[in-house]
Amino acid sequence: MELSRRETLALGLGAAFLTIMPLRANAAAEDAIAAFTGGADVADGGVTLTAPEIAENGNTVPIEVSAPGAASILIVAAGNPEPGVATFNFGPLAAAQAASTRIRLAGTQDVIAVAKMADGSFAKASATVKVTIGGCGG
Amino acid sequence: MNTKALTAITAILVFPVAVMAGPDEENLVINGELDMTSVTKAPAHLENLDTIYSGWHFRTDETQALQIDDFDNPAMIFVDQAVDLFATVDGAAGESCASCHDGVESFKGLQASMPKVDAESGKLVVMEDLINRCRTDRMEADAWKWSGGEMQGMVALIGLQSRGMPMNVAIDGDAAPYWEQGKEMYYTRYGQLELSCANCHEDNWGNMIRADHLSQGMINGFPTYRLKQAKLISRHNRFRGCIRDTRAETFAEGSDEFRALELYVASRGNGLSVETPAVRQ
Amino acid sequence: MASGVKPRVKVPKTAAAGEAITIKTLISHKMESGQRKDKEGNVIPRSIINRFTCEFNGEMVIDVTMEPAISTNPYFQFEATVPEAGEFVFTWYDDDGSVYDEKKTIEIA
Repeated sequence: MELSRRETLALGLGAAFLTIMPLRANAAAEDAIAAFTGGADVADGGVTLTAPEIAENGNTVPIEVSAPGAASILIVAAGNPEPGVATFNFGPLAAAQAASTRIRLAGTQDVIAVAKMADGSFAKASATVKVTIGGCGG
Repeated sequence: MNTKALTAITAILVFPVAVMAGPDEENLVINGELDMTSVTKAPAHLENLDTIYSGWHFRTDETQALQIDDFDNPAMIFVDQAVDLFATVDGAAGESCASCHDGVESFKGLQASMPKVDAESGKLVVMEDLINRCRTDRMEADAWKWSGGEMQGMVALIGLQSRGMPMNVAIDGDAAPYWEQGKEMYYTRYGQLELSCANCHEDNWGNMIRADHLSQGMINGFPTYRLKQAKLISRHNRFRGCIRDTRAETFAEGSDEFRALELYVASRGNGLSVETPAVRQ
Repeated sequence: MASGVKPRVKVPKTAAAGEAITIKTLISHKMESGQRKDKEGNVIPRSIINRFTCEFNGEMVIDVTMEPAISTNPYFQFEATVPEAGEFVFTWYDDDGSVYDEKKTIEIA
């Protein structure tokens, strides 16, 4: 495959655009996270968010979140009309600070998990889920 | 931008197409113990297919996972509700299903042979007909709405008793004229888009229709929990949806046309395990 | 929505003292998001289960705040420590004030 300098540049820009765009949480999502963290810094790492790369139907998307040592985990869907999804608060008898559920996604977007650690610090992880629009019965 | 990055971009662009081609090769095992026949040799009457596949093989891993464990399968909520309904007295006669039927387990095998011709009336009947006949004639209760939650929960509960058994509907004898009618419909182009069932599910299974992965249109898993509607969907409701999508006036749920089509489509899956209640997108 | 709501809970019958067990819960509920419109174009009011809790012998395992983005027929899976024999209590709180609960006992093997 031969590509001109210009084509290569365009491809690169396109790829960069695709990569950066979904990472921009909308304002409501940022507000929801700020309300949870009280504006504190949020580190990357320490949280594992498992979600499908492609969801066949946005109505029922399975997700799993795990943050060892967390007191609670907030889940936000940045592209939904209302970004809030759930907050898991773990009690003394939780054997793991982890949970699975099924969520609604209005379209392709980022799902963000923010964990509040026992020491009061915050950590996050995010995953992009592509929601396909079916051909049939859609 | 180097060659490696370009290759990576190309791979990202190509990969989703590659993984979606054709049915997958996983084995369908329910609860880690019930081996299902989800791929098998096409029945002799099928001229244009060599191998038949359950619709399960055309779904993503996440959707497939919902069907392989009875607790993860959301359809089971409605099956549970039907277990209660089975024992609930309704109607003027003061009877429940359990008044006559010795446990729902006694229906083992029935789903594998449905639809079938009723010996008394000589008419083709489907599971919903049998249930409503009991309700109106024996229980003297109101008939259930075809695609309503109560009806499809009960259809699923009775179908579940045959889960794992091979579909084996009769297509000869009294059933032959109904089967011929259904086959005729299967190959008839309907609607403004002029599409027959066969155009999608025989000529193009394994291909994409927009973002949807076309299956062979098997009904061995119905009633099925569709993620889109988040409830149990009847066979006739799915037929109606397909024909509507061809931009046609559809036949009604519970119509004789759909009974005949149900027999024919069921017969295309003869040999596949009953999967009721399946989970689809 | 108080009618037709039915919880399903999967808890092992026995565990070793101090063992971590997996719990799955499912409840039938429309989870009307408040985002949809009816045929006349009027917004269908939100009606969801907004909280789910699991306690064991009075001590909290998990307490979940639920928003309209939780799917119809809400499902949760999580892990609990079983220090002794006793009873799990699962509670779902509906927007309309209804409370649904389910109890499961577990023995120490």
